[in-house]
Amino acid sequence: MIPPSFDYLTPQSLSEAIGLLHQHGPDAKVLAGGHSLIPAMRLRFAEPSHLIDISGLEDLSYIREADGFLRIGAMTREADLEDSEVVRTGYPILLDTAKMIADPQVRNLATVGGNLAHGDPANDHPATMLALRAQVEITGQGGKRTVPADDFFPDFFTTVLEHGEILTEIQIPVPPLNSGGAYLKIERKVGDYAVAAVAAQVSLGADGAFQQVGLGLTNVGPIPIRAARSEDALRGQRPDEALYARAGQLASEDADPGDDLRGSADYKRSLIRELMKRALRRAVDRAQGRS
Amino acid sequence: MSKHTISITLNGESVSQEVDSRLLLVHLLRDDLQKTGTHIGCDTSNCGACTVLVDGRAVKSCTVFAVQANGKLVETIEGVEQEALHPLQEGFHEEHGLQCGFCTPGMIMRAKELLEKNPNPTEEEIRWGISGNLCRCTGYVNIIKAIQYAANKINEQQKEAA
Repeated sequence: MIPPSFDYLTPQSLSEAIGLLHQHGPDAKVLAGGHSLIPAMRLRFAEPSHLIDISGLEDLSYIREADGFLRIGAMTREADLEDSEVVRTGYPILLDTAKMIADPQVRNLATVGGNLAHGDPANDHPATMLALRAQVEITGQGGKRTVPADDFFPDFFTTVLEHGEILTEIQIPVPPLNSGGAYLKIERKVGDYAVAAVAAQVSLGADGAFQQVGLGLTNVGPIPIRAARSEDALRGQRPDEALYARAGQLASEDADPGDDLRGSADYKRSLIRELMKRALRRAVDRAQGRS
Repeated sequence: MSKHTISITLNGESVSQEVDSRLLLVHLLRDDLQKTGTHIGCDTSNCGACTVLVDGRAVKSCTVFAVQANGKLVETIEGVEQEALHPLQEGFHEEHGLQCGFCTPGMIMRAKELLEKNPNPTEEEIRWGISGNLCRCTGYVNIIKAIQYAANKINEQQKEAA
């Protein structure tokens, strides 16, 4: 399938890219890695008049800790997360997530920013960013603003990005000592979207009890879901199996999946119930330095 | 629609071509530049038959616009053989790493990137490494052996050169 026609533009700076979006109106779209947009164009789900390729903006590609945050430039490729030493050592949940996105060739081009800005509840980073209590930096003509991941996805395939704004950075609070996280995903085959997935990020206090808990769910509702009741059930308690099961039960009730080719709603709820237990076990093991 | 004159370095040679913005890289390679070793399988970025290297990174050329490759180094299966067969080509030959051969160019291009990043992959790493490439003959075991053969051969060659 040949994509529809469009004008292709290559801005040399972020301000030029934002200017081009304004100049060409709402049918102009940003092209980052292109691995959601190009397939959508081929299927005529998207027919942008202009593509504004921001891959030349190399200052949007970085992974570094600064001022209490892990800062990931929006153009950072998924493969760069896998290769990053700071991610490998400090953010195992991000490594888990990156490895489960599509396949190696797709990850060589697909970007972290694009995975969020596409607004697809089946994408993997949204739940992880909910669990990590991340925020995103958005740049527009008026300057920068930051939005918590919780507020970034108001509706199905919708983000709070206004036309003329570009997601420029993902900011993840540096976790305290004794923290760990994990992302567990069931997919029908490599490269597929999740049937269901759970992201868990925890930190344990000196007494061994849960202090901070972040739990996100992938592809079991119209938007990425924070399992808030499960978080509340864990906070202040010491980790144990009965508690994990309780968190899994609450999350399965808070999930809002539909029946589709990947399975029935009931099946997806039961996956969430089980994946929550497994994700918590692995996150706690990592927080305790056992894996 | 916009037209663009792009310049790429294809298998070491400079190439300039006028392209429509919507032309996909795989069509530039196959239809305009006659590099038909790069195959179109699924045409939906699943199967990996169209894998080529762009600036050393394996990508699925059915999901990249030709204009995105402007100014970059592009390597296809036609550029892999130098004075002799590449160790990967030799490995696929020696270990019977192909049956129908349709997936082979994509497998080799992906494996080439894999071995450049990780010269001593475990079997598990090879399996994950080619997880974006489908073999319709399901000959994966021999493909893995072929990549292991190439890894050993490249390591031996580097020892001899050192």
